[in-house]
Amino acid sequence: MAAEDVYRQEFPVKGGDFAKAGTVACRIKELLKDLGFDAKTVRRAAIAAYEAEMNVIMYAWQGRMDLAVSPQEVRITVDDQGPGIADIELAMTEGYSTATREMRELGFGAGMGLPNIKRNSDVFHVDSQMGQGTRLEIIIRTNGHKP
Amino acid sequence: MIVLKDVLALLNGELLTPGSPLEVACPKVFASDLMSDVLTSAEPGSLLLTGLANPHVVCTCSVADLAAVVFVQGKRPGPEVVDQARSKNLPLIATKMPMFEACSRLAVFFKDGSHGR
Repeated sequence: MAAEDVYRQEFPVKGGDFAKAGTVACRIKELLKDLGFDAKTVRRAAIAAYEAEMNVIMYAWQGRMDLAVSPQEVRITVDDQGPGIADIELAMTEGYSTATREMRELGFGAGMGLPNIKRNSDVFHVDSQMGQGTRLEIIIRTNGHKP
Repeated sequence: MIVLKDVLALLNGELLTPGSPLEVACPKVFASDLMSDVLTSAEPGSLLLTGLANPHVVCTCSVADLAAVVFVQGKRPGPEVVDQARSKNLPLIATKMPMFEACSRLAVFFKDGSHGR
C-alpha cells in the first residue's frame, strides 16, 4: 500500500462467469461514492472498471482487479491469466473485436472496451504476453478533490 | 426533459418497479441494444430504451448513471433483474411498442428531437 493510499482492495474475477459480470465494478463504484469522490470521478472509474471486468470475463481464464485509492487518484490494476492480446494497437482500435456471438448477444463485444477504458482514464497502460495474460494499469485523477 | 410519468403515458408502458418515483426527469434519451454503446456514449441521467432484457442492462445503467430503462417490443426482464433494479433504485418500464415507434413518440415529445439521442 502506497503511503498516501486511503483504501486498497483486491477482487478476483473468474473467466466466463457472465452471471456475476459487473459485480466488481458496482462494488468499486459504491466504495468510491462512500469515500466521497465526486460523481464524475466515480462514473469514470466505474465505467473503466466495468469494461476491464468484462474483458477478463469474456477473454481470460481468471484475473484479479486491484483497487488503490489516494486523495489524488484512483488506480485500478487488472491482471489476468489468459490468451493475451496479439496486437495491442489493433485491439485499441474502436470497433475491432474478437468477441463471440454469445458475448454480442449479451450486449458486449462491440470493440469498444479498451478504447473506452482509455477514454475514461488519465493514464492507461496495456501489457500483454501471448499465452500468458494481460495487465492493465488504469489511473483516474481526482482533480484535487480530496475525499 | 421528460418525466417517467409522461414516458409511461406516451408508450402505454407498465412500471415494473412499483413505487419508483415517476417524477424522475430525464434530459436525454438513448436507444441501443449494445451495452458497449451505452457505456461509451450515453450521458448520465439519460433514459435508456432497449430490447435487451438481461441483468447486464441494470448493471450497465448503474455504472453509467442512467436514470431509467424502457424495455421495448414486449421484452420483459426476469424477476431477478427486477429485484436487482430495485436494489439500485433504477426504475424499469416495459412497453409492447417496437423500438422505432417508441423512439418516434419520444422524439415528438421532445419536439425537434434535439434533446434525445
